[in-house]
Amino acid sequence: MTLRLEPGQTLAVIGANGAGKTTLLRVLAGLLRPHAGLARVLGAELPGETWRVRARIGYLGHDPLLYRELSGRENLIYQSRLYGLAPERVEEALGAVGLERRASEPVRDLSKGMVQRLAAARATLHQPDLLLLDEPRANLDPAAAERLEPLIGRASGRARVLVTHDVEGALAEADQVLGLRGGQQAFALPASEIDGPRARELYA
Amino acid sequence: MIRTASAILRKDLTIEVRTKESVPAMTLFTVTVYVLFHFGLDRDSLDGELASGVLWVTLLLAAVIGVTRLFATEREQGGIDSLLLAPVDRTALFVAKATALFLYLLLLEIVAVPVFGLLLLGPDLFAAFPELAAILLLADIGLAAVGALVSALAAETRARELIVPLLLLPLVVPLLIGAASATEPLLREGGTSEDLGRYLALLGGYDLVFVLIALAVFDYLLDD
Repeated sequence: MTLRLEPGQTLAVIGANGAGKTTLLRVLAGLLRPHAGLARVLGAELPGETWRVRARIGYLGHDPLLYRELSGRENLIYQSRLYGLAPERVEEALGAVGLERRASEPVRDLSKGMVQRLAAARATLHQPDLLLLDEPRANLDPAAAERLEPLIGRASGRARVLVTHDVEGALAEADQVLGLRGGQQAFALPASEIDGPRARELYA
Repeated sequence: MIRTASAILRKDLTIEVRTKESVPAMTLFTVTVYVLFHFGLDRDSLDGELASGVLWVTLLLAAVIGVTRLFATEREQGGIDSLLLAPVDRTALFVAKATALFLYLLLLEIVAVPVFGLLLLGPDLFAAFPELAAILLLADIGLAAVGALVSALAAETRARELIVPLLLLPLVVPLLIGAASATEPLLREGGTSEDLGRYLALLGGYDLVFVLIALAVFDYLLDD
């Protein structure tokens, strides 16, 4: 597959379970080494130069990457130390996801939706240029999903690679759509050139 | 690197204080084994080689528990991914984990060594200090370095409960020989060790070699 994503654009990645969507996202995040081909993220060639762009990538995957025994605030403080951020950034991020009042509770006591909001705060704490999102609205109610739009939605102004099963939603918010089948590219088209029925063929 | 290592260490210690998964398990195991030896040998006055062997083999087996748990939180809660995503030196993870294990071992020994003295040792335990403290300290550094390395290596494997002892125990044989040989004369009535300096140098050399090996290879262990 050959793809190029410009700043501020959204690439939606769709495909049936096991098509390779999450693997692609993990390769782009520098968590997996590509077996072949060339991936360049924010100007850095992967995997050799991943270290150059780690601070500019935000990754929100299936796993929230939060410690259950720590509170939401402690998790974000820990992340802020890893990224060398000012402590005030933690309170800003908690405010942005509406969790200021529950921030002192252990993550294990939060609902799945709250954990997802906290994970979004973690992924955007360092204000990355590129967001790698794997089903980012899973477990979110409509109000929470709307609340996260400025952070992880199109309104964030960030380049985004969005893995989703919500085909209509993906076509509506993406600039480009990548369809995967069995680890191979089925199509890579501008979103305006593909419709729902064709996209759903991937799931047949 | 120090800033990152201290953030990871602080997080690990907070989680250990809340979950109490490692240190209490290690301590309980050690005390239980000393009680078993107390009744199993039907003696409460070991000394010399036997006392030294019982002390060290039990401590090493307790360390296996700590090493097995050392990366458990990272593995179960995505901590390794979180660190790989961050712009940090991965060696900081080794430094933090080895320091955490070192502190767990110290806490274990603060309880376990007096219990050993009480249940099993014939000669006065306090007569063996401060030499015994120096031996424990040097052995703990080596154990912490090897333990953090082995724990990282086994973290992503399915049979880690088996792999940790199979890898760790052979690697710490030189450390066991040095520590047990250095301790043995100290656990005799009125005993002193003429070769103590030589054994401390052996333990120090072991520590240095494994810290350097760990620093050199740890980065590669975290690659997919």
